[in-house]
Amino acid sequence: MKVVINDEITEIAGAINLQELLKSFALPSAKIAVELNKKVVRKKDWENVQIKDADKIEIIHFVGGG
Amino acid sequence: MAIQNLKSEIENIFMNDLFNLAGKTFTSRLIIGTGKYRSHYEMQQAHKASGAEMVTVAVNRVPLDGKTESFLDYLSPEMQILPNTAGCYDAEHAIRTARLAREALETDWIKLEVIGDKITLLPDNEQTLEAARILVKEGFIVLPYFSDDLIMAKKLLDIGCPAVMPLAAPIGSGLGVQNPANLKIMREQLPDATIIIDAGVGVPSDAAIAMELGADAILMNTAIAEARDAAQMAIAMKLAVQAGRLAYLSGRMPKRLYASASSPIEGAIK
Repeated sequence: MKVVINDEITEIAGAINLQELLKSFALPSAKIAVELNKKVVRKKDWENVQIKDADKIEIIHFVGGG
Repeated sequence: MAIQNLKSEIENIFMNDLFNLAGKTFTSRLIIGTGKYRSHYEMQQAHKASGAEMVTVAVNRVPLDGKTESFLDYLSPEMQILPNTAGCYDAEHAIRTARLAREALETDWIKLEVIGDKITLLPDNEQTLEAARILVKEGFIVLPYFSDDLIMAKKLLDIGCPAVMPLAAPIGSGLGVQNPANLKIMREQLPDATIIIDAGVGVPSDAAIAMELGADAILMNTAIAEARDAAQMAIAMKLAVQAGRLAYLSGRMPKRLYASASSPIEGAIK
């Protein structure tokens, strides 16, 4: 299936939940947040959310700013 | 005031003039950013030198190449972190960004920034108000950046923002307070409101002017980060904010169109 992660089309093979998806990108779980189809997914729910075809995912962290 | 020991007197003044914001108390009235520094080390030095107790950070997409590092690790754990919604051009994006920031940082504090134009980076006051209304209802502590307009300030306070953050000049311009009359009017008409000047300060005298006009605090980034010596400029800004604050509390002399002799006219030899 194809999903859009941070505006990039990404091919994903097989069933995967959000927690596994984040792990596949070697992302730290602390100080990041995830939005699925414009809704924030709480950290405690990551492993319960299955990724579906055409999902739009935003993963954020923090950078310098004013 | 009567001066006994100047050094301890100065410390006393600022310890007794705390900056209260949304249930938190700060001794520093300088809030600074984390952007544009040439290195993390330089930023850390400037933060330390500034005496600031609150810093802003921006929400951004995480790189997916596995090379991400936690920028937050470079901030002192004692700092209050204020995430912003920079880069948002409408209420919806700002609200989504605020929700993401809250989830990641476990803080309700948000510097609300809804930009209306890419060239000037001036705020879209209408969208800011709309976003603020929703975020306040969701329990956020909304600190809105907006154009220096009294009526907008009133509306933002009415819907529950604990402070308003009018600009002095466009973001990163370093032009200083472009409309002192507006800030003075805002201070006079909203005597109980917390007013934080956000954006546009270039040099310490700009910060001092804003504080002399009655601002409760100042938020700045570029003026420190782009200085040749950021840490030294941070010290200068800290002192300017303190000087301006003291001047405001002391009450300035009235402006006069004509001279008023300081030395007695009577008794001068002829």
